Order: sequence, then structure tokens, then C-alpha cells
Amino acid sequence: MERRMDQQQTKNLLDVRDLRVEFRTRDGVAKAVNGVTYSVAAGETLAVLGESGSGKSVTAQAVMGILDSPPGFVTGGEVLFRGEDLLTMGAESRRRLRGAKIAMIFQDALSSLNPVMTVGAQLAEMYVVHQGMTRKDARARAAQLMDRVRIPAAQERLRDYPHQFSGGMRQRIMIAMALALEPDLIIADEPTTALDVTVQAQVMDLLAELQREYNMGLILITHDLGVVADVADRIAVMYAGRIVETAPVHELYAAPAHPYTRGLLDSIPRLDQKGRALYAIKGLPPSLTDIPPGCPFNPRCPRAQDICRTDRPPLFTVAPGRASACHFWKDTLDES
Amino acid sequence: MRAEGEEILEVRDLVKHYPLTRGIVFRKQVGAVRAVDGVSFELRRGETLGIVGESGCGKSTVAKMLVNLERPTAGRILYKGEDIADLSGKALKAVRRNIQMVFQDPYTSLNPRMTVGDIVGEPYAIHPEVAPKGDRRRKVQDLLDVVGLNPEYINRYPHQFSGGQRQRIGIARGLALNPEIIICDEPVSALDVSVQAQVVNLLERLQDEFELSYVFIAHDLSVVRHISDRVAVMYLGRLAEIGTEAQIYQHPTHPYTQALLSAVPMPDPAARARRERILLSGDVPSPAHPPSGCRFRTRCWKAQERCVVEVPELAVPEWFRKEGGPPAHPSACHFAEERRVVPPEGTEDPDDT
Repeated sequence: MERRMDQQQTKNLLDVRDLRVEFRTRDGVAKAVNGVTYSVAAGETLAVLGESGSGKSVTAQAVMGILDSPPGFVTGGEVLFRGEDLLTMGAESRRRLRGAKIAMIFQDALSSLNPVMTVGAQLAEMYVVHQGMTRKDARARAAQLMDRVRIPAAQERLRDYPHQFSGGMRQRIMIAMALALEPDLIIADEPTTALDVTVQAQVMDLLAELQREYNMGLILITHDLGVVADVADRIAVMYAGRIVETAPVHELYAAPAHPYTRGLLDSIPRLDQKGRALYAIKGLPPSLTDIPPGCPFNPRCPRAQDICRTDRPPLFTVAPGRASACHFWKDTLDES
Repeated sequence: MRAEGEEILEVRDLVKHYPLTRGIVFRKQVGAVRAVDGVSFELRRGETLGIVGESGCGKSTVAKMLVNLERPTAGRILYKGEDIADLSGKALKAVRRNIQMVFQDPYTSLNPRMTVGDIVGEPYAIHPEVAPKGDRRRKVQDLLDVVGLNPEYINRYPHQFSGGQRQRIGIARGLALNPEIIICDEPVSALDVSVQAQVVNLLERLQDEFELSYVFIAHDLSVVRHISDRVAVMYLGRLAEIGTEAQIYQHPTHPYTQALLSAVPMPDPAARARRERILLSGDVPSPAHPPSGCRFRTRCWKAQERCVVEVPELAVPEWFRKEGGPPAHPSACHFAEERRVVPPEGTEDPDDT
């Protein structure tokens, strides 16, 4: 609690304001991100939670500047990193920030690492390119780094190729690579989704430990409510390209203020509970080329009224540091 | 409890080894991947047996052998007392009708060139005795209705459906021949959270409606607890522990089960501090070179000399047998002891602010 208060007083590392992204495809314009606003402070973990197609990964790609363009276009908003807008920055200065100040960890380590380069060479390359280090020094640093993410026999394994590592070890290499230049902010896109639970626990613990040590900001993109509860300070729940609820993690799980969040929490089976049918949110997430008018969740919402079908709810402030994009947030909150 | 029915499927010492060969002209076997290495369990009518384990533990290979997509290297699979590995021709066909499968990936397990009607109706082409020709279209429409799809979609193609709807198509196909047993291999893993609940509820409803028995294979321990009556925990081709859902989740006695359960992230930030975490070191060893003795010993914090030389049998440990109670269930560990890692049901945390 105290830690969180301190963070809010310091300046935010990253401020995303009213970000909009669309994909122009043959089948029409898919509005993937429709006005997303969030911020992360140093040492803080923000979880961006959403199902596939909610725009959580696209937002991150736009922040990193690695959006496939075309078909993807940023059509509005600001991405402020330490007060500087990344979107209006030149390509070269942005490239220098990437990796050095903001790093990303991807879900699929096997396809994110270069299969024909040894992992040692890939790690050392970071230092050679960004810091002009000699190859020999860079290799030594790479070995230290692999040791830091607890890869056994790091020195010998520098010469191994990505396919010679297990899934968990590969994800550690991805983390090592993201950490190499000691960035201020790490964006982790489903970092443990492809891993088994016992390995997932190892990797998440490592990530949390390193974050504390370097006082980094961490944006954790995931669909897993369990992982979020384990590590996040704050949560932003996304639906159809919008943030529908944002809150400190304890408050959100104790009393969600948006029917979608409520539905998600009720629809997952719990390890510590047995019995009673799961609540199922009816229907499907909307197609991004055809988002319903009013609240995008209204066709699936048990609370939907006429106003939900016509007026798009803004993010109402529910409590300090909490917001919900629901006309009936009060009723939702009271119910839980 | 549904677990009182007659035994419908019995698996005894099931083994599947995939040979590793060297050479092209003169093939020589140099070893074997021991995907499944002595697995025994039984399934009763109307119950759900969950099989959990990490990737590479052999759970999907077990599923494939149960539906005869793979022939076991050794061991027996008895369906109502008959070994399906010995059967062929007509007799095998009859058994296969009664054991159907729902696959994990609804994107690759449906033929993209066939309409939904053809996919769901194809089993009738192989087993025409179930539905006479003129009757098939109506039957398929009934099935679509049962699994919650619009019967008018019968002429659509798989790509016109979402992931959850495709999984419903796969389930309808599995139901077409009125089977007694359905083997579900990770049926909800590829689905989004909100859709996953729909499919889990559907599977439960169908079980009640058609008196189905499920073998439910998944890596998600929460889903398995929700749906299963009994649970088997697999590690490197062997069962580590088997028991009722409550025995496994509330009274685990095998260290692997305890570690596995403690690693599951729980959607409850208040539990973060209360929970005891057992962090395993290292990875699962290769099934081509499994450790001697107990397979889990390389990652186990209790491992001793005895675990290296002596393979622990899957049986109720002696010291629990005397006492009885929930910890008295088969556990393949020399040093089995009860350790609660999942907070018991109904312990709501005091209001946290």
C-alpha cells in the first residue's frame, strides 16, 4: 500500500493518452485500439488484461513502435516516455530508445530468437550495437547476464543455439535480452503463456525479482487472471479496444465495477473451489470491424439498458485510482 | 457423487515406447522415447476422470491409445472386459463407436473443405447402422441444436465460426454416434476465458443428459478440478498420484502434486501472502533418458538414496492405510506425506482494504 502511494508521487515513466490504432484491411477498417489511456511508474507493475482481439497486444506494439504498418496505423493519441512523445519522434531516435530504455519480452521465445545464431552472439550483439563494446567484452557481459537469469553453466551454453534450450530456459534468455541494457520499462506480452505451471512460476518469480532490483516499470500483458493476481499492482481490463475498468489489483478482485470484469472473474474455475456451474458470459466478443454502438459490451451484458445501446460510457471515476466504463458502475459495485 | 457406476474402461500397465533409430539403409534402434511407461487406471460409467500433467508427460499419448489411434507397446485397455488392442475389423469398429474423442485445437481438427453438416455427419458414413441415410440431415441438425449452435448453420464452413463455436462442432461430431465414453484432450485450452466457461458448462450438461463418461485431459488444474470426479497426476510417463478430486486437491501426498498445485496462480491477490509456494528447480527430464528409480527425484526436495535405486509403486502408502481418511489414496512416493497447499474451500479471507 505504502509503496503504491510513493509511486504516484513520482513522475510516470510512461503515459499513453487516448491512443488509437486501426488496421486497414480488404474487409474494412478494424478498429483495434479506440482511445486507450494508461500510465506506468518506475517500480510498478501494470497488468493489461484482455481476451484475444481486445487490443492489448496492439497497444503494446504501438508503444514499442513495432506495429506492422501497413495494415496497422496509429490514428491518434500520444505515447509519452518520460514526457517525450514517441509517436512524433524521428525513426532513428526512437530506435535508440527501443531496447535501451524500453524493452519487450514476447510470448513465443522460439520464434523470437534467431535460430541460426548462438544465444551468446545474440546477447552480445546488444552491447556491440548499442554501446559499441568490443566483441570480447560483450561476450563476457552476455555470460554474466545468462548467469543472472539463472541459466546453469552459462559460460558453456553461450555457444548453444536456441533450439538446444528448453521452453523455460528460452524464456529466460528472452528476459536476459530484455534486461541487457538495463531498460527503465519492460513490456512483457504473455511471457509465460506457453510454459508449464511449474516453469511459469519460476519465470514469473525471476521477472518480479529483477524488476524490484532494477526498479523497472513493467507492463504485463495477459489473459490469465491468476498470473495477474500474483504479480500486478494495478490492472487495466480491455474489451474491444478500450479500457473498461482500471483499478488497484486488490480492489478489482474484491469488488469489480464493470460487468465484464465481474463476468470474467465468475467464469474461471478456481483451484480452491469445487462445485456450482460456471457463470458463462453469453455470446462472443464483437468483430473489430463492426463494434456495436453505445457500450461495446452491451449485447453480452446482463445489465444492459437502453442507454447502453446508444451512449458510449466514458471512464467514470469510481474511487481514487479506480475507473469503470459502465453507466451502471454503482450497481455493479454494490452487488459485489 | 457420480463415482458409483460400474467399471466401463480399465487400463492396465499401459506402455508406449517410440523407437529412436539411427542409419537410413540399416536402421538400428538406439533407444526409445518412453512416452507412457506403465499407467493403470479405471473409468466408471458416468464419471469424469481428469488427467493432469505438464507437457511431455504422456497424457496425450494415453488419449490416443484409448481411442486406438496409437497401438500400445504393452499393456491392456479393457473396454467392458475386452482388450481393444487385440481387436480388429468389425469388433474394433463397434468399440470405436463407443469411445469418441474431442481434440484440443478446433482450428486444425476440422476439415476446412467440408461443411459443418458433412463434418458432424461423417461418422454416419462409417457407422450407417446408427442413422439411416434419409435421417442423417435431421440428426445432424439435432446435434447442432444440442451443442448450442444454430441448426441452420449446417451448410457453413469451419472458417465462418469462432474458436468456441468450432469446439462445439467438434463436440457434436464426438456425440454423433451416441458413444459411452468421450476422451477430451485439452478441449478448452485454446479458448478465451469467457468462452471456456461456455464449453465447460456444455460438457457437463451433455454428461448428465447422455450419461457420458469422460476422460478429461488438461494441463489447467483449476479446470480439471472443476469438471472431474477423480484425478490422476502424470509425470514423465507414469502416474504419480490418483484419487478423488478432494483427495488430490485437498490432501495431496506426492511431492510433485504438491509442487504442481502450489505453482498454479490463483485469481485472488489476497492469497498472495497466505500461500505456500514450492518452487521446483530445473526442467522435466527427457523421456528418452528418464532418471532411474523415482522419475521425479531429480527435482524433488525429499529425494534420497532409496529414490535412486527403487521405483516407487503406485499404491496407498502403508502408514496411511492404517489411519484411513482422505490421505489414504494411491501415491507413488517412498516418502509420501500429506501437505496442504491449496487453501481449503470456504475460507474466505477477512476483508482486506
